[in-house]
Amino acid sequence: MGKSKEDIYIDPEITWEDVENLSLATCNGAKVLLDVMAGEGVKVIFGYPGGSLLTLYDALLDSPIKHILPRHEQTAVHAADAYARVSGKVGVCMATSGPGAANMVTGIANAYMDSVPLVIITGQVPTNLLGSDSFQEVDITGMTLPITKHSYLVKDAQEIPRIVKEAFHIAGTGRPGPVLIDLPKNVMAAEVIDPHPPKLSLKSYKFFSKGNSGQIEEAAKALAQSKKPVVYTGGGVITSGAGLILRKLIEKVNIPVVTTLMGIGSVPTKHPNLLGMVGMHGTITANLAVNDCDLLIAVGVRFDDRVTSGLKHKFATQAKVIHIDIDPAEIGKVVRTHIPIVGDAKLVLEELFQKVVPPKINEWWEQLREWKKQYPLCYEQDGHLNPQTILEAMGKIGGKSAIVATDVGQHQMWAAQFYPVNNGRQFITSAGLGTMGFGFPAAIGAQIAKRDSLVFLVTGDGSFQMSIQELATTVQYQLPIKIVLMNNGVLGMVRQLQKMFYNERFCEIQLHANPDFIKVAEAYGVKGIRVENPEQVDAALKEAIDYPGPVLIDCKISPDEIVLPMLPPGKAITEILGGRE
Amino acid sequence: MKHTLAVLVENKPGVLTHISGLISRRAFNIESIAAGYTEEPDMTRITIVVEADDKYELEQVVNQLSKLIDVIKIIDLTGQDRVHRELALIKVKASPENRADIVNIVEIFRAHIVDVNKKTMIIELTGEEMKIDAMCELLKDYGITEIVRTGKVAMCRGPKAAREV
Repeated sequence: MGKSKEDIYIDPEITWEDVENLSLATCNGAKVLLDVMAGEGVKVIFGYPGGSLLTLYDALLDSPIKHILPRHEQTAVHAADAYARVSGKVGVCMATSGPGAANMVTGIANAYMDSVPLVIITGQVPTNLLGSDSFQEVDITGMTLPITKHSYLVKDAQEIPRIVKEAFHIAGTGRPGPVLIDLPKNVMAAEVIDPHPPKLSLKSYKFFSKGNSGQIEEAAKALAQSKKPVVYTGGGVITSGAGLILRKLIEKVNIPVVTTLMGIGSVPTKHPNLLGMVGMHGTITANLAVNDCDLLIAVGVRFDDRVTSGLKHKFATQAKVIHIDIDPAEIGKVVRTHIPIVGDAKLVLEELFQKVVPPKINEWWEQLREWKKQYPLCYEQDGHLNPQTILEAMGKIGGKSAIVATDVGQHQMWAAQFYPVNNGRQFITSAGLGTMGFGFPAAIGAQIAKRDSLVFLVTGDGSFQMSIQELATTVQYQLPIKIVLMNNGVLGMVRQLQKMFYNERFCEIQLHANPDFIKVAEAYGVKGIRVENPEQVDAALKEAIDYPGPVLIDCKISPDEIVLPMLPPGKAITEILGGRE
Repeated sequence: MKHTLAVLVENKPGVLTHISGLISRRAFNIESIAAGYTEEPDMTRITIVVEADDKYELEQVVNQLSKLIDVIKIIDLTGQDRVHRELALIKVKASPENRADIVNIVEIFRAHIVDVNKKTMIIELTGEEMKIDAMCELLKDYGITEIVRTGKVAMCRGPKAAREV
C-alpha cells in the first residue's frame, strides 16, 4: 500500500501543455473566473471539489492560484474568513452545489455578522435543470439572501468577467461582507468571448469614505466640553486600519477607551488609556465608564446586545452619542445618536485628530483609576491549572506579533480578557454569530495568510470536536499551529449559564465520551503535549513553539471554572456578577 | 404613520426577492408593495407603503433598503404633493333583480364593469385607498366573491421625475 494511485500513475506521453491544449483550447467560464480572480490579487482559494465544480477544478490545474483542501466545506469558508481578517484582503472559498454550498451557510453568516470581505463561489446544477429538484441542487442564493452583502446566480458565461470584478469590489469596499457567486456547471464550461472585465459601473452601489467636516467639527466641540468622555471602539477600527490614528488621538487628548470583542487589538491591551472590553464579560470599569460617561464616541461599532445588554433605552443614558460608522444603516439602529458621522473610521479620526483639544477631565480619570483599582480583572490562583494562567503565559511567550484564533465559549471570553493583544488583525474570533467550530479553521486561514507568524488556537473540547477533522489539513499543508485545548469535559459556557440561571439543573453538557486528544492528534501526525498543573505550562508552551510542526496542548481544567465578571442579558450594570475584590 | 416610498431599483433578476427578503428579515411593517417597469428599460420602480412609528424607524427602513446593491434611489413621497392610486377588481354577486342597483353604484364611483355573467360581474375601480374601501363596503350587501388589489402606486405632481428629486 502506501502510495496512492495518483502517486504511481505516470504517463510520459502526455504533458500538462497537451492537456491544456486539449481541454482549454477554448477559454471557458471556469478559466476566465480564475484569471479574473488572479487579476484581483487572489493568491489562495479554500475549497472542496464536487460534481458541479469539475470544470473549475480542471481549470485550477493551470492557474497560478493555490488551493487549500480542508476536510469540510464549513472549514473552507471559516478559513477564508480568517485569512481575510488577518491579511486585510478579500478571502475566497468555494464548494460544490447542494450539500457543499449548504455546508457553507454557517460560515457565510459568520462572515456577514462580523463584516468580513469574502467571495464565495458555489457550483450549481446546469441551467436547464435549475428549479427541478435535480441531484445536488439547492437554491443557495435564496438560502443565503439574508447573510450576504450581495449574490449572483450567473446564467450567461459572458457575464463572468464583470460579475467577478463587481463581487470583489462589493465585498471589499464600504462595510465589507460576503458576496456569493453561484455558477451553474454549463456556464463554467461555456466559451467566453471576451475574458476581460469591463470597467466597473455600479450606479446603485455607493459608500462613504470621508466624513462630513461640519459633523466632525461638532464632535470635536462636544469632546472639548465633555467632562466624562469614553471612546468605544469595534471591528470597524481594525477593518479601516485606524488603530494608529486612534492611538494618537486618545494620547493627544488623554481620554479613556473601551473596546468590543471585535475591537480587541484596536488599542494594545496594555495601553494605559484602555479600560478593557465592554459588555457581558467585559471589565467592570469599562461597563461603569460607559454607564456613567457624558460623551460616548462610538467608532466602528454596532451597539450589539452583548454590549448594551439588550437594554437600548438604558444604555449610556447620560451620554451624548457620537457615532462614526461607514454604514449609514447602523446610525440610530439601536441607540439615538446625537452626532452621526458616516464615513471611514480612519479618515474621520484623522480629521478629528486635527480638530480636537484636550478636555479637562482629571476628576473623571481619578474616578476611573479608582474603579480600575477596585475592580481589576482577576481570578483565584488556587494551585489548580487555571485557564487564565495559561493565557497569560501564552501572552508572554507569544510576544507582540503572535496571532490568536479562538473558538466560542468560556475559553473565548478568557482569551478576550487575559491574552494581551498588541495590534489589530491578531485576535481572530467569531464575535457576532458565536460559531463553535470556527477556531480551528480560523487558525488554518490565519497561518496561511501569515506563514511565518506564530499562530495559537485557543479552543475548548466542545468547539474543537466540531472541527477536529482539520488536524489532517494542518499536517497536509505543514501548518505549525499551536492548539491550546482548554479541556474541562463539559460545554463550559452552557454549564455556567445553567449553573447561574437555571439552579444548577445541568442538562446535556457532559462530554462523557471525549477521546484522548493526544492520541487523536498523534494519529493524524500532530504532536501532543498534556498539561495538568500550572507548573507544566511554560515548559509545554516552549516545547510547542520550538517544535516545527502543529502541536496540540491538552490542558486539563476544572469544569467549575466560570467566566467573570458577567453582566446578565437584560440587566443593568449595577447587577453585574463577580469580579469584585 | 404610513409612509409611501418610491424605490428605484436595477431591473435585474432577484431584485424583488432581495427587497421582500429584507423587509421580512428586519421585521418592517409593510402595508403594500407594487412593482413595475418604468421609463428606463433597466430600471424598475417599487412603491412601498410602510408603517413606521417615528422618523427613526422610517430612517432604518430607508437606510437598510438603500444598502441593497440593486437599489438606486429611495424617495419618500409622504410629505410631497402627490397623486396616489390603487386599482381593484371586485367580483360581486349580481342577479337580474339587483343588477341595476349595482350599476348605479358603479356609476357613482366612476368605476367600470368589465365582465358580466348570469350570476356575477367584475367591477374595475381605480382610486385612492379610501374610495376602494368605501365601494367594497357598499358592495358587501350584494355578496362579494373575490377582491384583488394592486397596492398603491404614487407619483409627485409637478414637472420633476422622482429620480431627480
